[in-house]
Amino acid sequence: MNWLGIWAIYRYEMTRFFRTLLQSFISPVISTSLYFVVFGAAIGSRIEQVEGVSYGAFIVPGLVMLSVVMQAVSNASFGIYFPKFIGTIYELLSAPVNFLEVVTGYVGAAATKALFIGVVILGTASLFVDLTIQHPLAMVAFLLLTCTSFALLGFILGIWAKNFEQLQLVPMLIITPLIFLGGSFYSISMLPPAWQTITLFNPVVYLISGFRWAFFGMSDVPVGLSLLAIAGFTALCIGIVWWIFRTGWRIRP
Amino acid sequence: MTAMVEVSGARKVYDGGFEALKGVDLEIRKGEILALLGPNGAGKTTLISVICGLAMPSGGTIRVGGHDVVADFREARSLIGLVPQEVSLEPFEKVINTVRFSRGLFGKRRDDALIEDLLRRLSLWDKRDEPIRALSGGMKRRVLIAKALSHEPAVLFLDEPTAGVDVELRRDMWEIVEDLRRRGTTIILTTHYIEEAEAIADRIGVINGGEILLVEETDSLMARMGHKTLRVELDSPVDTLPPGLEGRGLTLEEGGRVIVYEYDSAAERSGIARLMADMTQAGLVVRDIETRKDSLEDIFVGLVKKQETAA
Repeated sequence: MNWLGIWAIYRYEMTRFFRTLLQSFISPVISTSLYFVVFGAAIGSRIEQVEGVSYGAFIVPGLVMLSVVMQAVSNASFGIYFPKFIGTIYELLSAPVNFLEVVTGYVGAAATKALFIGVVILGTASLFVDLTIQHPLAMVAFLLLTCTSFALLGFILGIWAKNFEQLQLVPMLIITPLIFLGGSFYSISMLPPAWQTITLFNPVVYLISGFRWAFFGMSDVPVGLSLLAIAGFTALCIGIVWWIFRTGWRIRP
Repeated sequence: MTAMVEVSGARKVYDGGFEALKGVDLEIRKGEILALLGPNGAGKTTLISVICGLAMPSGGTIRVGGHDVVADFREARSLIGLVPQEVSLEPFEKVINTVRFSRGLFGKRRDDALIEDLLRRLSLWDKRDEPIRALSGGMKRRVLIAKALSHEPAVLFLDEPTAGVDVELRRDMWEIVEDLRRRGTTIILTTHYIEEAEAIADRIGVINGGEILLVEETDSLMARMGHKTLRVELDSPVDTLPPGLEGRGLTLEEGGRVIVYEYDSAAERSGIARLMADMTQAGLVVRDIETRKDSLEDIFVGLVKKQETAA
Protein backbone atom coordinates (compact mmCIF):
# COMPACT_ATOMS: atom_id res chain seq x y z
CA MET A 1 0.00 0.00 0.00
CA ASN A 2 1.17 3.53 -0.82
CA TRP A 3 0.12 5.01 2.54
CA LEU A 4 1.96 8.26 1.89
CA GLY A 5 0.09 8.57 -1.40
CA ILE A 6 -3.28 8.13 0.34
CA TRP A 7 -2.27 10.67 2.99
CA ALA A 8 -1.16 13.14 0.30
CA ILE A 9 -4.54 12.95 -1.46
CA TYR A 10 -6.47 13.15 1.83
CA ARG A 11 -4.48 16.10 3.08
CA TYR A 12 -4.69 17.96 -0.22
CA GLU A 13 -8.46 17.56 -0.29
CA MET A 14 -8.80 18.63 3.33
CA THR A 15 -6.70 21.76 2.64
CA ARG A 16 -9.32 22.81 0.12
CA PHE A 17 -11.95 22.36 2.83
CA PHE A 18 -9.99 24.35 5.40
CA ARG A 19 -9.46 27.17 2.92
CA THR A 20 -13.22 27.77 3.03
CA LEU A 21 -13.79 26.62 6.59
CA LEU A 22 -15.97 29.55 7.56
CA GLN A 23 -18.41 28.98 4.70
CA SER A 24 -18.33 25.25 5.39
CA PHE A 25 -19.28 25.93 9.00
CA ILE A 26 -21.74 28.79 8.65
CA SER A 27 -23.91 27.48 5.82
CA PRO A 28 -25.08 24.27 7.61
CA VAL A 29 -25.66 26.22 10.84
CA ILE A 30 -27.88 28.72 9.04
CA SER A 31 -29.77 26.16 6.99
CA THR A 32 -30.38 23.94 10.03
CA SER A 33 -31.62 26.90 12.03
CA LEU A 34 -34.00 27.78 9.19
CA TYR A 35 -35.36 24.23 9.11
CA PHE A 36 -36.03 24.44 12.84
CA VAL A 37 -37.73 27.80 12.52
CA VAL A 38 -39.94 26.61 9.65
CA PHE A 39 -40.56 22.94 10.46
CA GLY A 40 -39.91 22.91 14.17
CA ALA A 41 -41.60 26.10 15.35
CA ALA A 42 -44.08 27.14 12.63
CA ILE A 43 -45.33 23.73 11.48
CA GLY A 44 -44.15 21.66 14.40
CA SER A 45 -46.26 23.62 16.84
CA ARG A 46 -49.33 22.17 15.10
CA ILE A 47 -47.97 18.61 15.21
CA GLU A 48 -47.58 17.71 18.81
CA GLN A 49 -45.75 14.43 18.84
CA VAL A 50 -44.76 11.69 16.45
CA GLU A 51 -44.76 8.30 18.16
CA GLY A 52 -44.03 9.87 21.49
CA VAL A 53 -41.26 12.20 20.33
CA SER A 54 -41.68 15.97 19.91
CA TYR A 55 -41.78 16.93 16.22
CA GLY A 56 -38.78 19.22 16.64
CA ALA A 57 -36.65 16.35 17.92
CA PHE A 58 -38.19 13.88 15.47
CA ILE A 59 -36.83 15.73 12.42
CA VAL A 60 -33.25 15.98 13.76
CA PRO A 61 -32.01 12.60 12.41
CA GLY A 62 -33.60 13.35 9.02
CA LEU A 63 -32.04 16.80 8.93
CA VAL A 64 -28.61 15.43 9.77
CA MET A 65 -28.96 12.74 7.10
CA LEU A 66 -30.16 15.28 4.53
CA SER A 67 -27.07 17.43 4.96
CA VAL A 68 -24.61 14.61 5.42
CA VAL A 69 -25.75 12.81 2.27
CA MET A 70 -25.73 16.00 0.19
CA GLN A 71 -22.33 17.03 1.51
CA ALA A 72 -20.78 13.60 1.01
CA VAL A 73 -22.06 13.39 -2.57
CA SER A 74 -21.14 16.93 -3.55
CA ASN A 75 -17.69 16.92 -1.90
CA ALA A 76 -16.65 13.60 -3.37
CA SER A 77 -18.08 14.29 -6.83
CA PHE A 78 -16.45 17.70 -7.00
CA GLY A 79 -13.21 16.34 -5.53
CA ILE A 80 -12.63 13.95 -8.43
CA TYR A 81 -14.45 15.92 -11.12
CA PHE A 82 -12.33 19.04 -10.61
CA PRO A 83 -8.98 17.36 -11.46
CA LYS A 84 -10.68 15.84 -14.50
CA PHE A 85 -11.98 19.26 -15.52
CA ILE A 86 -8.71 21.18 -15.11
CA GLY A 87 -6.54 18.29 -16.30
CA THR A 88 -4.58 17.65 -13.11
CA ILE A 89 -5.88 14.07 -13.09
CA TYR A 90 -2.83 13.23 -15.24
CA GLU A 91 -0.86 13.20 -12.03
CA LEU A 92 -3.09 10.63 -10.34
CA LEU A 93 -3.02 8.41 -13.40
CA SER A 94 0.75 8.51 -13.71
CA ALA A 95 1.43 8.02 -9.99
CA PRO A 96 2.22 4.67 -8.36
CA VAL A 97 -1.21 4.45 -6.68
CA ASN A 98 -3.91 1.86 -7.23
CA PHE A 99 -7.69 2.33 -7.24
CA LEU A 100 -8.10 1.51 -3.58
CA GLU A 101 -5.57 4.16 -2.60
CA VAL A 102 -7.08 6.87 -4.81
CA VAL A 103 -10.58 6.09 -3.55
CA THR A 104 -9.49 5.94 0.09
CA GLY A 105 -7.90 9.38 -0.21
CA TYR A 106 -10.79 11.09 -2.00
CA VAL A 107 -13.68 9.31 -0.35
CA GLY A 108 -12.02 9.52 3.07
CA ALA A 109 -11.68 13.29 2.74
CA ALA A 110 -15.24 13.76 1.45
CA ALA A 111 -16.59 11.55 4.24
CA THR A 112 -14.63 13.51 6.84
CA LYS A 113 -16.08 16.79 5.59
CA ALA A 114 -19.61 15.35 5.62
CA LEU A 115 -19.05 14.02 9.13
CA PHE A 116 -17.91 17.45 10.27
CA ILE A 117 -21.07 19.02 8.85
CA GLY A 118 -23.18 16.30 10.52
CA VAL A 119 -21.64 17.05 13.88
CA VAL A 120 -22.16 20.80 13.39
CA ILE A 121 -25.83 20.21 12.59
CA LEU A 122 -26.29 17.98 15.62
CA GLY A 123 -24.71 20.68 17.76
CA THR A 124 -26.93 23.36 16.26
CA ALA A 125 -30.03 21.16 16.69
CA SER A 126 -29.24 20.59 20.36
CA LEU A 127 -29.61 24.35 20.85
CA PHE A 128 -33.23 24.16 19.66
CA VAL A 129 -34.49 20.86 21.07
CA ASP A 130 -33.75 18.42 23.88
CA LEU A 131 -31.87 15.57 22.29
CA THR A 132 -31.25 12.20 23.86
CA ILE A 133 -29.38 9.56 21.93
CA GLN A 134 -30.40 6.08 23.06
CA HIS A 135 -27.82 4.13 21.06
CA PRO A 136 -24.80 6.43 20.62
CA LEU A 137 -22.55 3.75 19.14
CA ALA A 138 -25.13 2.78 16.55
CA MET A 139 -25.64 6.48 15.80
CA VAL A 140 -21.92 6.91 15.11
CA ALA A 141 -21.83 3.73 13.02
CA PHE A 142 -24.81 4.84 10.89
CA LEU A 143 -23.29 8.27 10.45
CA LEU A 144 -19.91 6.87 9.38
CA LEU A 145 -21.46 4.36 6.99
CA THR A 146 -23.66 7.02 5.44
CA CYS A 147 -20.77 9.44 4.99
CA THR A 148 -18.66 6.74 3.37
CA SER A 149 -21.27 5.16 1.13
CA PHE A 150 -22.57 8.45 -0.24
CA ALA A 151 -19.05 9.77 -0.71
CA LEU A 152 -18.47 6.65 -2.83
CA LEU A 153 -21.62 7.44 -4.80
CA GLY A 154 -20.36 11.01 -5.23
CA PHE A 155 -17.01 9.69 -6.47
CA ILE A 156 -18.79 7.60 -9.12
CA LEU A 157 -20.84 10.64 -10.08
CA GLY A 158 -17.70 12.76 -10.43
CA ILE A 159 -16.12 10.19 -12.74
CA TRP A 160 -19.33 9.85 -14.75
CA ALA A 161 -20.04 13.56 -15.17
CA LYS A 162 -18.82 15.17 -18.37
CA ASN A 163 -19.75 18.72 -17.34
CA PHE A 164 -20.86 20.78 -14.37
CA GLU A 165 -24.55 20.45 -15.31
CA GLN A 166 -24.38 16.67 -15.06
CA LEU A 167 -22.49 17.01 -11.81
CA GLN A 168 -25.42 18.86 -10.27
CA LEU A 169 -28.19 17.03 -12.06
CA VAL A 170 -28.10 13.79 -10.09
CA PRO A 171 -28.01 15.35 -6.61
CA MET A 172 -30.79 17.75 -7.58
CA LEU A 173 -33.09 15.41 -9.49
CA ILE A 174 -32.50 12.11 -7.71
CA ILE A 175 -30.85 12.40 -4.33
CA THR A 176 -32.72 15.40 -2.90
CA PRO A 177 -36.18 13.98 -3.76
CA LEU A 178 -35.21 10.58 -2.37
CA ILE A 179 -34.18 12.16 0.93
CA PHE A 180 -37.26 14.38 1.20
CA LEU A 181 -39.51 11.45 0.37
CA GLY A 182 -37.50 9.09 2.54
CA GLY A 183 -39.14 10.13 5.79
CA SER A 184 -36.82 12.97 6.83
CA PHE A 185 -39.73 15.04 8.08
CA TYR A 186 -42.42 12.42 8.69
CA SER A 187 -42.90 8.85 9.76
CA ILE A 188 -43.76 6.34 7.06
CA SER A 189 -46.70 5.26 9.18
CA MET A 190 -48.32 8.66 8.54
CA LEU A 191 -48.69 7.78 4.83
CA PRO A 192 -51.66 6.00 3.19
CA PRO A 193 -50.98 2.20 2.93
CA ALA A 194 -50.27 2.24 -0.83
CA TRP A 195 -47.65 4.96 -0.45
CA GLN A 196 -46.10 3.11 2.48
CA THR A 197 -45.39 0.18 0.15
CA ILE A 198 -44.03 2.43 -2.61
CA THR A 199 -41.80 4.25 -0.12
CA LEU A 200 -40.11 1.00 0.85
CA PHE A 201 -38.41 1.03 -2.57
CA ASN A 202 -36.65 4.23 -1.60
CA PRO A 203 -33.25 3.21 -0.17
CA VAL A 204 -33.00 6.39 1.89
CA VAL A 205 -35.95 5.22 4.01
CA TYR A 206 -33.74 2.49 5.52
CA LEU A 207 -31.00 4.97 6.21
CA ILE A 208 -33.14 7.53 8.00
CA SER A 209 -35.15 4.88 9.82
CA GLY A 210 -32.01 3.23 11.18
CA PHE A 211 -30.50 6.54 12.16
CA ARG A 212 -33.71 7.61 13.90
CA TRP A 213 -33.75 4.29 15.79
CA ALA A 214 -30.29 5.14 17.18
CA PHE A 215 -31.75 8.35 18.60
CA PHE A 216 -35.21 7.37 19.81
CA GLY A 217 -35.30 3.57 19.69
CA MET A 218 -38.14 3.61 17.15
CA SER A 219 -38.02 2.93 13.43
CA ASP A 220 -40.14 2.51 10.30
CA VAL A 221 -38.27 -0.63 9.23
CA PRO A 222 -36.35 -3.11 11.42
CA VAL A 223 -32.91 -1.74 12.29
CA GLY A 224 -31.17 -4.92 11.07
CA LEU A 225 -32.70 -4.37 7.64
CA SER A 226 -31.47 -0.78 7.69
CA LEU A 227 -27.97 -1.91 8.44
CA LEU A 228 -28.12 -4.57 5.73
CA ALA A 229 -29.41 -2.05 3.19
CA ILE A 230 -26.67 0.47 3.84
CA ALA A 231 -23.98 -2.23 3.87
CA GLY A 232 -25.33 -3.55 0.57
CA PHE A 233 -25.34 -0.05 -0.91
CA THR A 234 -21.73 0.51 0.19
CA ALA A 235 -20.67 -2.82 -1.32
CA LEU A 236 -22.41 -1.95 -4.60
CA CYS A 237 -20.62 1.41 -4.78
CA ILE A 238 -17.24 -0.19 -4.06
CA GLY A 239 -17.94 -2.73 -6.81
CA ILE A 240 -18.73 0.02 -9.33
CA VAL A 241 -15.63 2.03 -8.36
CA TRP A 242 -13.48 -1.11 -8.73
CA TRP A 243 -14.95 -1.70 -12.19
CA ILE A 244 -14.29 1.93 -13.17
CA PHE A 245 -10.61 1.62 -12.32
CA ARG A 246 -10.28 -1.81 -13.87
CA THR A 247 -11.68 -0.65 -17.19
CA GLY A 248 -10.46 2.95 -17.01
CA TRP A 249 -14.02 4.10 -17.79
CA ARG A 250 -14.01 7.86 -18.46
CA ILE A 251 -10.61 8.34 -16.83
CA ARG A 252 -7.99 6.22 -18.59
CA PRO A 253 -8.66 5.61 -22.31
CA MET B 1 24.49 1.47 -22.65
CA THR B 2 21.59 0.13 -20.54
CA ALA B 3 18.06 0.74 -21.69
CA MET B 4 15.92 2.87 -19.40
CA VAL B 5 12.73 2.53 -21.42
CA GLU B 6 12.01 -0.38 -23.75
CA VAL B 7 8.97 -0.18 -25.99
CA SER B 8 8.29 -3.21 -28.11
CA GLY B 9 5.43 -3.53 -30.57
CA ALA B 10 3.35 -0.99 -28.67
CA ARG B 11 -0.10 -0.47 -30.14
CA LYS B 12 -2.89 1.85 -29.13
CA VAL B 13 -6.34 1.73 -30.62
CA TYR B 14 -8.82 4.22 -29.18
CA ASP B 15 -12.48 3.40 -28.64
CA GLY B 16 -13.54 5.07 -31.86
CA GLY B 17 -11.24 2.63 -33.73
CA PHE B 18 -8.47 5.16 -34.40
CA GLU B 19 -5.08 3.46 -34.34
CA ALA B 20 -2.75 6.02 -32.77
CA LEU B 21 0.24 3.67 -32.39
CA LYS B 22 0.91 0.93 -34.92
CA GLY B 23 3.49 -1.31 -33.29
CA VAL B 24 6.12 1.08 -31.98
CA ASP B 25 9.60 -0.21 -31.09
CA LEU B 26 11.83 2.18 -29.21
CA GLU B 27 14.69 1.91 -26.79
CA ILE B 28 15.69 4.87 -24.65
CA ARG B 29 19.14 4.70 -23.10
CA LYS B 30 19.99 5.62 -19.57
CA GLY B 31 21.16 9.22 -19.25
CA GLU B 32 20.38 10.36 -22.77
CA ILE B 33 18.14 13.08 -24.14
CA LEU B 34 15.89 11.70 -26.82
CA ALA B 35 13.74 14.03 -28.86
CA LEU B 36 10.63 12.58 -30.44
CA LEU B 37 9.86 14.59 -33.47
CA GLY B 38 6.66 14.48 -35.42
CA PRO B 39 3.85 16.58 -36.83
CA ASN B 40 0.60 17.14 -34.92
CA GLY B 41 -1.32 13.89 -34.53
CA ALA B 42 1.76 11.74 -35.21
CA GLY B 43 1.32 9.77 -31.97
CA LYS B 44 3.90 11.51 -29.77
CA THR B 45 1.54 12.24 -26.89
CA THR B 46 -0.14 8.83 -27.16
CA LEU B 47 3.25 7.13 -26.91
CA ILE B 48 4.07 9.11 -23.76
CA SER B 49 0.58 8.40 -22.40
CA VAL B 50 0.89 4.62 -22.70
CA ILE B 51 4.36 4.66 -21.14
CA CYS B 52 3.34 6.90 -18.22
CA GLY B 53 -0.02 5.31 -17.41
CA LEU B 54 -2.39 7.93 -18.80
CA ALA B 55 -3.69 5.44 -21.36
CA MET B 56 -3.71 1.65 -21.52
CA PRO B 57 -1.68 0.12 -24.36
CA SER B 58 -3.75 -2.09 -26.68
CA GLY B 59 -0.80 -4.37 -27.41
CA GLY B 60 2.94 -4.86 -27.11
CA THR B 61 5.11 -4.49 -24.03
CA ILE B 62 6.57 -1.43 -22.36
CA ARG B 63 9.20 -1.58 -19.66
CA VAL B 64 10.67 1.24 -17.61
CA GLY B 65 13.81 0.39 -15.66
CA GLY B 66 13.03 -3.26 -16.41
CA HIS B 67 9.49 -3.07 -14.95
CA ASP B 68 6.40 -3.69 -17.06
CA VAL B 69 4.21 -0.56 -17.04
CA VAL B 70 1.01 -2.58 -16.66
CA ALA B 71 1.94 -5.56 -14.47
CA ASP B 72 4.48 -3.75 -12.26
CA PHE B 73 2.96 -0.30 -12.60
CA ARG B 74 4.07 0.81 -9.14
CA GLU B 75 7.77 0.17 -9.75
CA ALA B 76 7.62 1.51 -13.31
CA ARG B 77 5.74 4.71 -12.46
CA SER B 78 7.94 5.41 -9.43
CA LEU B 79 10.79 5.96 -11.88
CA ILE B 80 8.89 8.38 -14.11
CA GLY B 81 8.34 12.10 -13.93
CA LEU B 82 5.87 13.55 -16.41
CA VAL B 83 5.49 17.13 -17.56
CA PRO B 84 2.29 17.27 -19.60
CA GLN B 85 1.70 19.39 -22.65
CA GLU B 86 -1.16 21.37 -21.14
CA VAL B 87 -0.47 23.59 -18.14
CA SER B 88 -2.73 21.69 -15.74
CA LEU B 89 -2.49 23.06 -12.22
CA GLU B 90 -4.93 23.80 -9.44
CA PRO B 91 -5.20 27.61 -9.54
CA PHE B 92 -5.82 28.27 -5.85
CA GLU B 93 -3.12 26.04 -4.43
CA LYS B 94 0.23 27.41 -3.27
CA VAL B 95 3.29 26.49 -5.31
CA ILE B 96 5.06 24.68 -2.48
CA ASN B 97 1.96 22.69 -1.48
CA THR B 98 1.33 21.40 -4.95
CA VAL B 99 4.95 20.28 -5.24
CA ARG B 100 4.82 18.59 -1.83
CA PHE B 101 1.59 16.89 -2.87
CA SER B 102 3.29 15.38 -5.92
CA ARG B 103 6.10 13.99 -3.80
CA GLY B 104 3.63 12.46 -1.34
CA LEU B 105 1.52 10.98 -4.13
CA PHE B 106 4.56 9.08 -5.32
CA GLY B 107 4.97 7.61 -1.85
CA LYS B 108 7.98 9.69 -0.84
CA ARG B 109 8.42 11.19 2.62
CA ARG B 110 8.31 14.95 2.97
CA ASP B 111 11.77 16.43 2.38
CA ASP B 112 11.85 20.20 2.78
CA ALA B 113 15.54 20.52 1.90
CA LEU B 114 15.04 18.70 -1.38
CA ILE B 115 11.98 20.75 -2.31
CA GLU B 116 13.79 23.96 -1.46
CA ASP B 117 16.74 23.00 -3.65
CA LEU B 118 14.40 22.07 -6.49
CA LEU B 119 12.42 25.30 -6.27
CA ARG B 120 15.61 27.36 -6.11
CA ARG B 121 17.03 25.64 -9.19
CA LEU B 122 13.84 26.43 -11.07
CA SER B 123 13.76 30.04 -9.79
CA LEU B 124 10.51 29.33 -7.96
CA TRP B 125 11.65 29.68 -4.37
CA ASP B 126 10.55 33.32 -4.08
CA LYS B 127 7.14 32.34 -5.40
CA ARG B 128 6.67 29.33 -3.12
CA ASP B 129 3.78 30.80 -1.13
CA GLU B 130 2.00 32.34 -4.10
CA PRO B 131 -1.18 30.75 -5.40
CA ILE B 132 -0.59 29.26 -8.85
CA ARG B 133 -3.08 31.57 -10.55
CA ALA B 134 -0.79 34.51 -9.67
CA LEU B 135 2.10 33.09 -11.73
CA SER B 136 3.02 33.86 -15.33
CA GLY B 137 2.72 31.18 -18.00
CA GLY B 138 6.46 30.48 -17.89
CA MET B 139 6.45 30.12 -14.11
CA LYS B 140 3.53 27.70 -14.32
CA ARG B 141 5.55 25.50 -16.67
CA ARG B 142 8.37 25.55 -14.13
CA VAL B 143 5.91 24.43 -11.45
CA LEU B 144 4.94 21.49 -13.65
CA ILE B 145 8.61 20.56 -13.94
CA ALA B 146 9.09 20.93 -10.17
CA LYS B 147 6.13 18.62 -9.56
CA ALA B 148 7.50 16.05 -11.99
CA LEU B 149 10.94 16.17 -10.35
CA SER B 150 9.69 16.24 -6.76
CA HIS B 151 9.94 12.46 -6.35
CA GLU B 152 13.43 12.29 -7.90
CA PRO B 153 12.51 10.33 -11.03
CA ALA B 154 15.17 8.54 -13.06
CA VAL B 155 13.43 9.37 -16.30
CA LEU B 156 11.61 12.55 -17.21
CA PHE B 157 9.05 12.91 -19.99
CA LEU B 158 8.51 16.40 -21.31
CA ASP B 159 5.56 16.59 -23.67
CA GLU B 160 6.11 19.62 -25.89
CA PRO B 161 7.71 21.68 -23.11
CA THR B 162 8.13 24.73 -25.30
CA ALA B 163 4.91 24.72 -27.31
CA GLY B 164 3.60 28.28 -27.45
CA VAL B 165 6.48 29.58 -25.36
CA ASP B 166 8.54 32.68 -26.26
CA VAL B 167 12.16 32.43 -27.39
CA GLU B 168 13.68 33.47 -24.08
CA LEU B 169 11.69 30.97 -22.08
CA ARG B 170 12.53 28.28 -24.60
CA ARG B 171 16.24 28.88 -24.04
CA ASP B 172 15.62 28.74 -20.26
CA MET B 173 13.88 25.43 -20.70
CA TRP B 174 16.81 24.05 -22.68
CA GLU B 175 19.16 25.07 -19.89
CA ILE B 176 16.97 23.30 -17.33
CA VAL B 177 17.00 20.16 -19.47
CA GLU B 178 20.77 20.33 -19.87
CA ASP B 179 21.18 20.72 -16.10
CA LEU B 180 19.00 17.67 -15.50
CA ARG B 181 21.01 15.61 -17.91
CA ARG B 182 24.21 16.55 -16.06
CA ARG B 183 22.55 15.21 -12.93
CA GLY B 184 21.95 11.91 -14.68
CA THR B 185 18.25 12.10 -15.52
CA THR B 186 17.15 10.37 -18.70
CA ILE B 187 15.00 12.77 -20.70
CA ILE B 188 12.48 12.17 -23.42
CA LEU B 189 10.93 15.21 -24.96
CA THR B 190 8.46 15.56 -27.75
CA THR B 191 8.52 18.57 -29.95
CA HIS B 192 7.59 19.74 -33.34
CA TYR B 193 10.28 22.39 -33.23
CA ILE B 194 13.07 20.80 -35.17
CA GLU B 195 15.53 23.43 -34.05
CA GLU B 196 14.88 22.31 -30.49
CA ALA B 197 15.65 18.67 -31.19
CA GLU B 198 18.79 19.63 -33.07
CA ALA B 199 19.98 21.88 -30.25
CA ILE B 200 19.54 19.65 -27.21
CA ALA B 201 18.96 16.02 -28.14
CA ASP B 202 21.55 13.24 -28.21
CA ARG B 203 19.30 11.18 -30.39
CA ILE B 204 16.31 11.97 -32.50
CA GLY B 205 13.35 9.75 -33.16
CA VAL B 206 10.97 10.65 -35.94
CA ILE B 207 7.39 9.51 -35.53
CA ASN B 208 4.54 9.90 -37.98
CA GLY B 209 1.19 8.20 -38.40
CA GLY B 210 1.76 6.11 -35.27
CA GLU B 211 5.03 4.63 -36.55
CA ILE B 212 8.65 5.36 -35.69
CA LEU B 213 10.38 6.24 -38.95
CA LEU B 214 13.88 6.36 -37.54
CA VAL B 215 15.92 6.80 -34.38
CA GLU B 216 19.46 8.02 -34.77
CA GLU B 217 22.21 10.05 -33.11
CA THR B 218 21.55 13.71 -33.85
CA ASP B 219 25.06 14.30 -35.24
CA SER B 220 25.18 11.23 -37.43
CA LEU B 221 21.68 11.87 -38.66
CA MET B 222 22.70 15.35 -39.70
CA ALA B 223 25.88 14.04 -41.30
CA ARG B 224 24.35 10.99 -42.96
CA MET B 225 21.49 12.80 -44.46
CA GLY B 226 23.33 16.10 -44.71
CA HIS B 227 22.74 17.31 -48.16
CA LYS B 228 24.45 20.53 -49.22
CA THR B 229 23.84 23.06 -51.90
CA LEU B 230 26.52 25.22 -53.51
CA ARG B 231 25.39 28.39 -55.24
CA VAL B 232 27.89 30.10 -57.50
CA GLU B 233 27.04 33.65 -58.54
CA LEU B 234 28.53 34.63 -61.89
CA ASP B 235 29.86 38.00 -62.91
CA SER B 236 27.71 37.97 -66.04
CA PRO B 237 24.73 35.72 -66.77
CA VAL B 238 24.86 32.78 -69.22
CA ASP B 239 22.03 31.35 -71.36
CA THR B 240 23.12 27.74 -71.18
CA LEU B 241 25.70 25.76 -69.28
CA PRO B 242 29.01 25.94 -71.16
CA PRO B 243 30.43 22.68 -72.60
CA GLY B 244 32.41 20.72 -70.06
CA LEU B 245 29.97 21.45 -67.20
CA GLU B 246 27.12 19.18 -68.30
CA GLY B 247 26.26 15.88 -66.68
CA ARG B 248 26.71 16.89 -63.01
CA GLY B 249 23.13 17.89 -62.33
CA LEU B 250 23.92 21.60 -62.36
CA THR B 251 21.01 24.00 -62.75
CA LEU B 252 20.86 27.63 -63.75
CA GLU B 253 18.86 30.04 -61.62
CA GLU B 254 18.06 33.74 -61.45
CA GLY B 255 18.20 34.25 -65.23
CA GLY B 256 21.49 32.41 -65.65
CA ARG B 257 23.28 34.45 -63.00
CA VAL B 258 23.55 31.59 -60.49
CA ILE B 259 24.77 28.03 -60.99
CA VAL B 260 23.41 25.60 -58.39
CA TYR B 261 25.26 22.42 -57.47
CA GLU B 262 23.85 19.86 -55.01
CA TYR B 263 26.14 17.39 -53.27
CA ASP B 264 26.46 15.07 -50.33
CA SER B 265 28.72 16.54 -47.65
CA ALA B 266 29.46 13.08 -46.22
CA ALA B 267 30.63 11.65 -49.56
CA GLU B 268 34.33 10.96 -50.10
CA ARG B 269 34.57 13.55 -52.89
CA SER B 270 32.31 16.54 -53.01
CA GLY B 271 33.36 17.42 -56.55
CA ILE B 272 33.63 21.11 -55.70
CA ALA B 273 37.33 21.55 -56.57
CA ARG B 274 36.77 19.91 -59.93
CA LEU B 275 33.72 22.02 -60.63
CA MET B 276 35.54 25.25 -59.83
CA ALA B 277 38.46 24.30 -62.07
CA ASP B 278 36.10 23.41 -64.93
CA MET B 279 34.25 26.68 -64.52
CA THR B 280 37.47 28.65 -64.82
CA GLN B 281 38.38 26.53 -67.82
CA ALA B 282 35.03 27.40 -69.41
CA GLY B 283 35.81 31.08 -68.94
CA LEU B 284 33.22 31.81 -66.25
CA VAL B 285 34.06 34.58 -63.77
CA VAL B 286 32.82 33.92 -60.25
CA ARG B 287 31.50 36.86 -58.21
CA ASP B 288 30.36 35.04 -55.02
CA ILE B 289 29.97 31.56 -53.53
CA GLU B 290 27.44 30.37 -50.97
CA THR B 291 26.88 26.94 -49.45
CA ARG B 292 23.77 25.85 -47.61
CA LYS B 293 23.32 22.79 -45.42
CA ASP B 294 20.00 20.95 -45.11
CA SER B 295 18.40 21.56 -41.75
CA LEU B 296 16.77 18.80 -39.77
CA GLU B 297 13.53 20.28 -40.97
CA ASP B 298 14.35 19.39 -44.57
CA ILE B 299 15.36 15.89 -43.49
CA PHE B 300 12.16 15.52 -41.54
CA VAL B 301 9.91 16.74 -44.33
CA GLY B 302 11.78 14.41 -46.71
CA LEU B 303 11.20 11.40 -44.42
CA VAL B 304 7.53 12.09 -43.88
CA LYS B 305 7.00 12.59 -47.62
CA LYS B 306 8.81 9.33 -48.35
CA GLN B 307 6.54 7.50 -45.90
CA GLU B 308 3.45 9.02 -47.44
CA THR B 309 4.58 8.08 -50.95
CA ALA B 310 5.33 4.53 -49.83
CA ALA B 311 1.84 4.28 -48.35
